[in-house]
Amino acid sequence: MTYARRLAWPAVLALGIVLPLALHNDYLLTVMSTAFIFALATIGMNLLTGYTGQFNLAHGGFFAVGAYTVGVLTVDHLWPFWLAFGAAGLVAIVLGLAIGPLSLRLRGNYFAIFTLCVGYIMFLVIEKWDSVTHGVVGIIGIPSPPAIGPVSFDSPRALYYLTLAFLALGMWLMQRIVNSLVGYTFIAVRNSEPLAQALGINLMVTKVSAFLISVCYASFAGGLYAGAVRFLGPDLAAIDHTFDMTMYMVVGGVGTLAGPLIGALAVPWVTENLQFLQNYRFVVFGPLLIALLIFVPNGLVGLWQAIWARRAARAERSAQASRTVSGEPHA
Amino acid sequence: MLDIDNLGISFGGLAAVNAVTTQIEAGRVNAIIGPNGAGKTTFFNLISGVLRPGTGRILLRGEEVTGLRADQMARRGVARTFQTTTLFERATVLDNLIVGHRLHTRTNLWDVLLRTRRCRADERACREKAREVLDFVGLAHVEARPAAGITQEERKRVAIALALATEPALLLLDEPAGGLNPEETDALGALIRKLAKHDITICLVEHKMQMIMNLADKILVLDHGEKIAEGTPAEIRANQAVIDAYLGSDHAELH
Repeated sequence: MTYARRLAWPAVLALGIVLPLALHNDYLLTVMSTAFIFALATIGMNLLTGYTGQFNLAHGGFFAVGAYTVGVLTVDHLWPFWLAFGAAGLVAIVLGLAIGPLSLRLRGNYFAIFTLCVGYIMFLVIEKWDSVTHGVVGIIGIPSPPAIGPVSFDSPRALYYLTLAFLALGMWLMQRIVNSLVGYTFIAVRNSEPLAQALGINLMVTKVSAFLISVCYASFAGGLYAGAVRFLGPDLAAIDHTFDMTMYMVVGGVGTLAGPLIGALAVPWVTENLQFLQNYRFVVFGPLLIALLIFVPNGLVGLWQAIWARRAARAERSAQASRTVSGEPHA
Repeated sequence: MLDIDNLGISFGGLAAVNAVTTQIEAGRVNAIIGPNGAGKTTFFNLISGVLRPGTGRILLRGEEVTGLRADQMARRGVARTFQTTTLFERATVLDNLIVGHRLHTRTNLWDVLLRTRRCRADERACREKAREVLDFVGLAHVEARPAAGITQEERKRVAIALALATEPALLLLDEPAGGLNPEETDALGALIRKLAKHDITICLVEHKMQMIMNLADKILVLDHGEKIAEGTPAEIRANQAVIDAYLGSDHAELH
């Protein structure tokens, strides 16, 4: 079991690495790359929403800000891609420091509503600020990420590996965070703010930290998106992307490490496979989602955990029963 | 330990706690009692930093702590439990307790990302502290159980263990025996005595009179947000104002 657990993540990564060798289809590789990018953003969202309990509806906005930072800097100011990519993280931190402490004064639904408005303001700024963002025209001709050493990223396959590498890095850093004292502090805040505070945890500092890490994930994912898709329109900042990420997170399992990853890969896969239904695909997809919410409220990972917990409990009960039968004390 | 002077707070004109002056005495079991709605929990929230006092001052070992937040109070050695403790049900009891020692650690995000020596040392310290406090409250055997799978009584003890992990000088217990049967209440009383013996000053709010009378060194009685009596259990038992407040004799005469 421990061996299996230790090998699970490397096995998943290995699968990701060999997949393009089996798939000789550029379209599917592009679909996968995009899914990886959104998975990266969803992992970040899960830190704030799943682990810290603050539902940030401006997450898609930060994704768009990261993408536009890269787009504007590379196309209009001729910055090298990777420098612009770094700047995307910096912009997220600066914006996060302005928005986080302000919005996190609000709790629960009020925070969600406030950030919904923040996200909409981000959309409006991107759409209306013609001189910088090119408004509704969008940004065309973003360079693809330049080669790192001998590895260039202009083929779908190379781009696939680039996004996979960032996703793997993002997952690895995230597991370090959530399995640490810092992660436990986030969970304590989600669990009960009064209790966390009574244990000496500064709520504002903790929430703002989670907020900043979370929006950095969104912004870097956005930066990758800019390099991968190479065209940006203001619709990128629309609330739809935030809701998509929320859906991935809920389907996979909120507040679990693997959940957002599984959701962000499974949902696009299902929608891809329902393409043949054309516009009717949502007739199938919608009820599927509702059924999932009703019967598997903790997501696929939650379902998996529940099955294991039940098995463990049954094993313990039968072990106890056999001890009682053999007459051993079980005090 | 805690000098409370003229402490009060009003909610929309209603004085929930009104001009209470008292002392929480170091090394002893201090109890706060009073009828329902007397302002006991509000008083608790004031001295633990959950609520900001409207009037008055609080001194902790001579240091002014009026108006500090709950986390700042915790860092100064004032821990508290709640009537109901929200645990992370999916995690084990031990994992729930680890964060209790967090305020004594300095691990930050970089330590975590780089897994520095400080990060590992802090994690070890938190885990050891969690085991130590769990053992202290007599629950070492449920360490690995998910928090969802423990009894109400065990949950009360875990709440105390969590507060203990912060290494408090003063421990505020809000109805620690609420919902427990008489035997469990006695066992919990023994635990509270043990805490006091370990140099932790106790202040508790409780409804169970018999427990209080056996346990407390000093009792403060609140009614309608005001202090109506203070003293040893024997003095409180004989106090006419207390008897009136509990039996409502003045109201009985009026109607």
